[in-house]
Amino acid sequence: MNDVSGQAQGVRRVDIPILTRVEGEGALFVRLENGQVTDLRLKIFEPPRFFEHFLRSRTWREVPDIVARICGICPVAYQMSASNAIEMAFGVDVPQPIRDLKRLYYCGEWIESHALHIHLLAAPDFLGFPDAIQMAKDYPHEVRRGMHLQGLGNAILKIMGGRPVNPVGAVPGGFYRAPARGEARDMLHKLKEALPHAEAMVRWVGNLKVPEVTRDVPSVSLRADDEYPMNYGRIVSDRGLNIDVSEFPQHFQEFQQPHSTALHAHLHGAPYWVGPTPRLNNNLDRLPPSTAKLLGETPVAWPSNNPYHSALARAIELHLAMVEAIRLLEAYDRPPKPHVDVVPRAGVGSGCTEAPRGILWHRYEMDAQGNVAHATIIPPTSQNQAQMEADMRASVMESLHMSDEGLRLRLESGIRNYDPCISCSTHFLRLTVERR
Amino acid sequence: MAKARIAVHKFSSCDGCQLQFLTLEDELLQLAERLEIAYFIEATSELGDGPYGKYDVSFVEGSVSTPDEVERIRKIRENSTLVVAIGACGTAGGIQALRNWGDLHSYKTSFYTLPEHIDVLPTSTPFSEHIHVDAELAGCPPDQGQVKYVINSLLAGVQPRIPSESVCLECKRDGNVCVLVAQEKPCMGPITRTGCGALCPHQERDCYSCFGPAETANIEAMGRRFIGAGLPRDGLVHRLRFIYSWSPPFKAASERWLAGQADYAPLPTSHTETPP
Repeated sequence: MNDVSGQAQGVRRVDIPILTRVEGEGALFVRLENGQVTDLRLKIFEPPRFFEHFLRSRTWREVPDIVARICGICPVAYQMSASNAIEMAFGVDVPQPIRDLKRLYYCGEWIESHALHIHLLAAPDFLGFPDAIQMAKDYPHEVRRGMHLQGLGNAILKIMGGRPVNPVGAVPGGFYRAPARGEARDMLHKLKEALPHAEAMVRWVGNLKVPEVTRDVPSVSLRADDEYPMNYGRIVSDRGLNIDVSEFPQHFQEFQQPHSTALHAHLHGAPYWVGPTPRLNNNLDRLPPSTAKLLGETPVAWPSNNPYHSALARAIELHLAMVEAIRLLEAYDRPPKPHVDVVPRAGVGSGCTEAPRGILWHRYEMDAQGNVAHATIIPPTSQNQAQMEADMRASVMESLHMSDEGLRLRLESGIRNYDPCISCSTHFLRLTVERR
Repeated sequence: MAKARIAVHKFSSCDGCQLQFLTLEDELLQLAERLEIAYFIEATSELGDGPYGKYDVSFVEGSVSTPDEVERIRKIRENSTLVVAIGACGTAGGIQALRNWGDLHSYKTSFYTLPEHIDVLPTSTPFSEHIHVDAELAGCPPDQGQVKYVINSLLAGVQPRIPSESVCLECKRDGNVCVLVAQEKPCMGPITRTGCGALCPHQERDCYSCFGPAETANIEAMGRRFIGAGLPRDGLVHRLRFIYSWSPPFKAASERWLAGQADYAPLPTSHTETPP
């Protein structure tokens, strides 16, 4: 299925017709002439679903239930970015106990999504298997451990929202229901019991052999005053950017490229990088002590600009999310009302939270009745698109000596580093230009 | 006996239905022992016999929303012994079927500077509008227990029988407080198919029908009850035009309501004064 013609003719073409082990459907096309990349495209098959359009005229309460459907793997991120934006538009101040619930909810998604990516999507690349099921024959303990951790993330989502895919608990202002004391106590017990397994998992991922490459690209993430960012913070980069989330459009540009399949995004006219590695790079001083100690024992010098360190960054964040969930559950006191009452008013609000794969930015214009007048959603995969292509160009040039199959595997694993969530990408277009 | 070979295909969707397989945890490994997961591109880099190989069961999720997807589902049908549609998208067009009432041109031009590059159909539709489907499993997402039940039934060679009663029965059995009767929330439970575990009332909120219409649902009576509870008429239409907007019962009822053809006399609520 993969076509790589010989370099002897001067033209070498690499075609990966279907990217596997990513969320959603895409493909990669590369054309090399005389040792130079003359064309490189990440093709996206994912049809647009027009969410921003049919959000219009829906009432504020419906928005979290609608946007959850954009992405089956990160519905919490969509619900939290939307809720934050609508709370801002309505001038709602969310008190700390409800912010704590939002953080616990987000911990569940990070644990679930990161465990899934590390074990089912990424690790088979580094250990030479086509999938986790076959990897489980040689690494049964590691795969089962990973799936158990994934299950714990799902369990948090269940006590907060009923189910892990399209959970039903979130509403602008907080949650419909807070977990009962017994549910919180059971969850705490399970997390404490599994924490040593998460530590072992971090060490295991830290020792996986990955390619040594570097990419010169700004790391962009949220940064909060007093915690590792999930729901709140300013948008920062390691090159000096430091803005309020509402200032996003003044610094980041989304654009459609005629030759390309998707809307790309630039920061001040150039590609940038969002996700676990940029987040960790920008927030090394915000890790809880036990996670920081574990990070210090890994064989990687942080901050890192090697995209292959993203698996370890995910492992570290998975540990952090467990430590944070334990902290929040130990202090848990069931609030009598888990949401603040929302009074709709006309206004504009933006929300930006840290989806497992990077910052997810929403903006809503609301009318006086509390209906959506206009919605804008910029998913992390759309933001990483330009950098993914730049990375692939560099990867091709570094890998010219490789066999055809080796080059294909290298590029595919390189794309997986970004954990692209193509379903998320409400803006992605179907490629109609130049079909093979 | 050779293991059954299954394929999982994605169409226009959020991927959530596929996650119902990928989050089976240990049971995913057990499943892989009982059958051969031959084609499932989100899970494995081994592509079996490709998308149009001969498979015993093809699970299809997502809706049909592009010309290419019409072709794909036809080819999958030709090459599969059984085709099982899963999820709200696959069985009713999904939330993206909301565009079926809109103007596609305005959808495209409002968000894309180069709308000519967008090759989509004006409607998002379920597989059953394009091919014969052997079994359907509702839900956004479908319940994991029901997914396992369907797989087990097919492995045993029997037609799966999915309950089609309303959410209310399970909700009552679970002992939830009725959010419609006690709190006047426009709960869709009375007309919604069971299967989720009455999640929304358990979360102390109203059901929004992510499992679609129950069999023999009295949609009009429910609408009158909502009006009695103070929901405006456009709110009634929005309740039906959500996850399952394109399902025939919800589609028809929403059109009647929009056209003013329905009976709007409010049904009394628990707070309405009744004569002595």
